[in-house]
Parts: sequence; structure tokens; C-alpha cells
Amino acid sequence: MEFTLKIWRQKSHNEKGEFISYPMDNVSPEMSMLECLDVLNETLMVRGEEPVAFDHDCREGICGSCGFVINGVAHGPERATIVCQLTMRHFRSGEELIIEPWRAEAFPLIKDLIVDRRSFDRIIEAGGYISVSTAQAPDGNAILVGKDAADQAMDAAVCIGCGACVAACPNGSSALFTGAKIAHLGILPQGKPERDGRALHMVAQMNAELFGNCTNIGECTGVCPKGISLEVIAIMNRDYLHASWKRREALEATIPPALERNTHRT
Amino acid sequence: MMLNANIPSGPIEQAWDKARFDMKLVSPANKRRHSLIVVGSGLAGASASASLGELGYNVKCFCFQDSPRRAHSIAAQGGINAAKNYPNDGDSIYRLFYDTLKGGDFRAREANVYRLAQISVKIIDQCVAQGVPFAREYGGLLANRSFGGAQVSRTFYARGQTGQQLLLGAYQALERQVYAGTVTMVPRTEMLDLIVIYGQARGIVARNLVDGELSVHIADAVILASGGYGNVYYLSTNAKGSNATAIWRAYKRGALFANPCFTQIHPTCIPVSGDYQSKLTLMSESLRNDGRIWVPKMKGDRRSPNQIPEDERDYYLERRYPSFGNLVPRDVASRNAKQVCDEDRGVGKSGLGVYLDFSDAISRLGEKIIRERYGNLFNMYQRITDEDPYKGPMRIYPAIHYTMGGLWVDYQLQSTIPGLFVLGEANFSDHGANRLGASALMQGLADGYFIIPYTVGNYLAANRFARVDESRQEIQNTVTTVRETIINCSPSEAGGPSIRSIASWAKLYGSLAA
Repeated sequence: MEFTLKIWRQKSHNEKGEFISYPMDNVSPEMSMLECLDVLNETLMVRGEEPVAFDHDCREGICGSCGFVINGVAHGPERATIVCQLTMRHFRSGEELIIEPWRAEAFPLIKDLIVDRRSFDRIIEAGGYISVSTAQAPDGNAILVGKDAADQAMDAAVCIGCGACVAACPNGSSALFTGAKIAHLGILPQGKPERDGRALHMVAQMNAELFGNCTNIGECTGVCPKGISLEVIAIMNRDYLHASWKRREALEATIPPALERNTHRT
Repeated sequence: MMLNANIPSGPIEQAWDKARFDMKLVSPANKRRHSLIVVGSGLAGASASASLGELGYNVKCFCFQDSPRRAHSIAAQGGINAAKNYPNDGDSIYRLFYDTLKGGDFRAREANVYRLAQISVKIIDQCVAQGVPFAREYGGLLANRSFGGAQVSRTFYARGQTGQQLLLGAYQALERQVYAGTVTMVPRTEMLDLIVIYGQARGIVARNLVDGELSVHIADAVILASGGYGNVYYLSTNAKGSNATAIWRAYKRGALFANPCFTQIHPTCIPVSGDYQSKLTLMSESLRNDGRIWVPKMKGDRRSPNQIPEDERDYYLERRYPSFGNLVPRDVASRNAKQVCDEDRGVGKSGLGVYLDFSDAISRLGEKIIRERYGNLFNMYQRITDEDPYKGPMRIYPAIHYTMGGLWVDYQLQSTIPGLFVLGEANFSDHGANRLGASALMQGLADGYFIIPYTVGNYLAANRFARVDESRQEIQNTVTTVRETIINCSPSEAGGPSIRSIASWAKLYGSLAA
């Protein structure tokens, strides 16, 4: 197969970027999108040019490292498929593929297709956990979780934190990501005691990171490689409203966002 | 050099209790005065960082990815073993200990394995409390399944993403400590060397993977949880970034390395399709619970699987190992697959593959149940191969998956360099010559949550730590070595034209290793 890869090249956050076209021939339909970039990088390096920088690690669709926009769609045209598992047979030979990084205020660009997604870590840091220190746990079967609740929590917990939802959202909102964690933990009995605080703190952090607001457009769930449903956003909004009302007296006591304390922002 | 494993004397059942009682303790007020470096943020690294942070130590955790949640533990699919005996089918701590030891050809260290089996039950409790959505029965109790190498059902799982869910549990505990200020995360940074001063591990030299800057980090002890070295073969099921640099540099600094040949070949991976291939994709071993492995009886039989009648199929594992059937340990399943392919009975274009067939299970249990158990694995298979495993059998072939060998550690998980502790796949102690399925997650979390918090405390309480200045000769020498290595490895760093990529070298050496 033959393709023209039109790739966003940008040396660093502060420099101007541009699209550069690279013709590719002899592409096997069994190759993954990333393997196609590997082959391109091999030729670039032999020519003494800078290879295209992109994040990747597990290459089996679970670590969430990789991801870019292909022809305007985050992770490309296949539903529920991340770019490392997107094989080239899904494209037509001769096609031009426009490849660009996630673009969102809260994901500053580092280089080429690599963006800084540490804002996601800081949202989790703000309350995306159950406060149980090592060795404090009761017996596993002491906490009964109905199969329905376990399945529903798992449906939300499969989020890989790739950031496609943010990239696809016209508002650059991370509501699907944040909602998935709030839903996963809030549905389970173990997560109930901290449910209010979790919603307040995580939403506060999300806003502090310059993510946009959710206006229920639904692009996020459309590109989500794990098929996380919009329902998690409803759960987040419900938890947030509920908690805001319950804690209306003490709202000022919510934690300060972690943006300032994290100094390793590049 | 005398190797002393420091196993407490007396019965093995009491060894861990005795060791813990003999350990010196660091008083709560003194813990924050001690700094620790953790390299790696997988199950072992994240759980160790979180637990040590909770105790009040000053922890710096390094990972080469952009976030600790990316570590390759996340890719583990099948499950985690624990001797809970919830199904009442005859399991016990002793049986898990025995199975693990036997599965490893009796080459693991017995005391470590016994401790692992004891701790296994606490891991499940911890993870449940953290909100890991393990599979449940309708009554709300934890569900179990069986796994290769065991005749009891002791594996806990979260669909086919158990590693992901356990890692996210540990990651969330870690982020909680980051917020609390006890743990500092240093992402996109790779450890390139170990700093040894007066024979003690006192820090690391690391490289920022964005700007290439080298930095020196000093601590009272260094904990390596950087995973195995499966990528020396280039094609493996490991993540691309898992390059074994950390344990290799520690070895070059004097930490002994044990059993490097003990490499696990996983029986169920998607076969190789071309030479551009960058990695091998694992299909969880749990598939062997319901899938039946077979090849044609006839040599060179190239008919499509649906055209091969039942009596011309050789279910070779069921035939040779009637009591374990398709659930034989991994090494046995892999060796047998290679053998039938060497006999020219392999399937697929390359002839390097065997069938894993679910048609019996689908007609027995219905497609719905199979979809529930393995849906995501089937989808993954279909995405990669363009073949529908609900309609015809999958093709699988063995691939490098896990390395049982690693840095030598004693019972305290300390390497031969004092102050250098090694956890999880990076050490050598718990799996002998072969690891049983669903035991890697167990070991990583046992080391991180329940062992290192005690043993590192003992080391800190028993030793004195002089203040170390970055200008010290040992440190400057280490930095110089690192700088020279970088220049030697990549001509482009020295200003010359880069004629060969690092990846292409890795591929070349990998083919030699295989």
C-alpha cells in the first residue's frame, strides 16, 4: 500500500510548528499505524533528519501512551481502536493521512506528536482514589459488591487515560476522563464514604487545569478507545451537584488545586 | 564473594514473622528524614512508593513514561493468585507455595515463595479496599477462575484487564501520596546509572527524556522496580520502553545477577506477521480455560481449520497431559507448541502457529458467556488479525514474555550492594525456572506493599548515612561514565551523522539472542 503522511512537526512548545508530507510506499496492510511511523523514522534517521517524536509504550492498546489525530479523528477511523492497534488495512492505498497531536490548552505540546498530559495525573491526585493505606483493608469478601455494580464500575474503570476525549472535544473538556474515575469509585461501596469530596476536588482540579466545560456534545465517547459512555459525565455532574448542596456551608474548605505545587511542568 | 540469603532459621512457616520481629524499626518522627529513590512505577514500584510514602518516608519515584499509570504491569491480562480458598476446593497457603515452587522446577527460594503465598491473601484485601473492580458472583462475593499450572481456582480477575485495574489501584494510592507531599513523581526520566559510595547504593544518575539533561539524585537507599529484560530478544510481549537499563547498570556497579537464562516463553501470543513488526501481542493464558489447543494430525496440512474433521485434529496437550489438559504450565505448553510446529504441523501462513479453539466452549456455554469472559481479548485478536475468533479458531504461538532471572536479592530483597533493593520482575527470587500464570502481579504487589516497607526500614535503622555532596568524586565519575556511554551509543550525540537507529541495533542483537 502507498500513503502520504502529512505530519505535524514542531521542535518544542515555544517554536512554530508546520505540516510536512512524507510519501510512504511498500506499507503492509498488517502494519500498525505506529509501525508505519517506525519505518518512516528509520528512513529519516538514515537520511540524517530528525525522526518524528511520538509517545508509545505497550503497543497493545492498554497503557494509553500513544495517540494522535488522523484526518481529524482522534485515534483514527476505527471505533474503539487506539493507534498502536490500528492496522493500515483500514485505510485506502494512496490516501493522504493528516497526522497531528492532541490539541488542548490543558495538554501543552512537548514535541511533534507528544503532548504533556500530567494534568490528568493531577486530577487523580485531587481525589481519584479511595483513602486506604497499606495493610488497613478488611477481608476481601467482607465487602459485598453486587455483580451489576461491579460490572458498571468496571465499565468506567477501563479508561486508559490516553486523552483522546479531550482532543476530540470542541471545548477541550476532560469530563469523560474525570467522570469515568468518579463513576468507577462512586459506584462501589468502598468508594461511597469519600464520594462528595472526590467529586468536588476532582472537578475543581479539572477546572484549574484549563480544561473546557462539557456541553454534552458526545465526541469524547465517540473516539474513546475503551467505549466509555457519556453516562459517567452524568454521574459526575450529579455527584458534584449533590456534594455542592450538602457542603454548601463549607465550600471554601475544598482543597486548593495542585497546579501550583507541581513544578516540573515543561 | 559469599552469598548469604539471610533466611531466618527455623520452620519456613514462621520465617517471615521471625524476620519482622528481628527487624530494627525507624521511629515515626525519623521516617521523614530518610529519602528513598524508587525506579519504576509498575505494580512493585507504585505500591512500594505509595506504602513508603504512607509511612512517612521521603520518596522520589522515577518512570520513563509521561505518567506512572503507563507502566507495563498495566498490560497483564489474566489475573492474580491468592490462597484465599474461597471456592473451598482444597487450596491453602501451603498449596500455593508448593504449586509455585513446583511450577518453577524447584529452583525458587523456598522461604521467599512461602512468604509470597502468605502475603497473597492480604493483597486481594488491599486491592478490593482500593476499589479494584474484581469480578463478582451474583451474591456479591469475589469470583475465581482457574489458571495454568494449578488444579484449584485461586485466580482473582477483572475481566481481561486485571493488571490494568491493579496498577490503577496502586497508581491511585501513589497519587494520593503525591498530593500528601510524601512522594515526588519524576516522569519522562530514565535511570542511567547507580551511585555507589563507600559500598552503599546512595543514588542514581538519570536523564530527562525530553531535553536530554543528566541529573544526580541522592538518597539513603535505592529501590529498583524496573521490570525484566525480555526485550533483549527484541520481539517480546514487553513494552517498547522496558529496556532493562536500570538492572544492567546496577549489575555493572557490582550487584550480582542470577539465572539470566530463566526466560519465560508465553504459549499464547498472536503469531508474527512481518519483519517490520515491533512487538508481540499476548493473548491471556486464561483463554486456555475454555479454549482447546490443536493442530492437524497430518504434516503440512494447509486446509482451513473448519475443513479439518474432528478425527484429523490432534489435541496434543489433552492427549499428552490428561490431568492438566490445556492448563499445563506455560513452559510445557510452549515447548509442545514448538515441537508440533517443528514437525511441520504448524498452522497459518508461516507455519509457526497452533489453533486455540473455542467452538466447544461456545456450544457448551453459549456465545454470551464466552463474550463476557473474553470479549475484549477476542476483539483485540480480531483487530490485529482481521479474523473472527467466534467463528473459527485463533492462531497462537509462543513468545518471550517474562524473565524469572534478575538481580540477586536476599530474603530482605536487598541485592549484593547494600542499600540497593530490587522488587518484582527485576529480582530473581520467587519463580525459579518458570513462573506460573497470575503470579507476577502477586509478586510485584507483595514486594511493594508488604515486604519492602519493612525491610527497607530495617536497613535504614541499622545504618548511618553521611551527607553526600554532588561534587564528590564517585558521583562525578559516574556522571562522566554515563555521558561517555551516551556518546558511544549514538553517533548523532557526538555530532556525527546517525547511520543506524537504536531500534535497528536492538533488532539485530535481538535476533542473535533468539
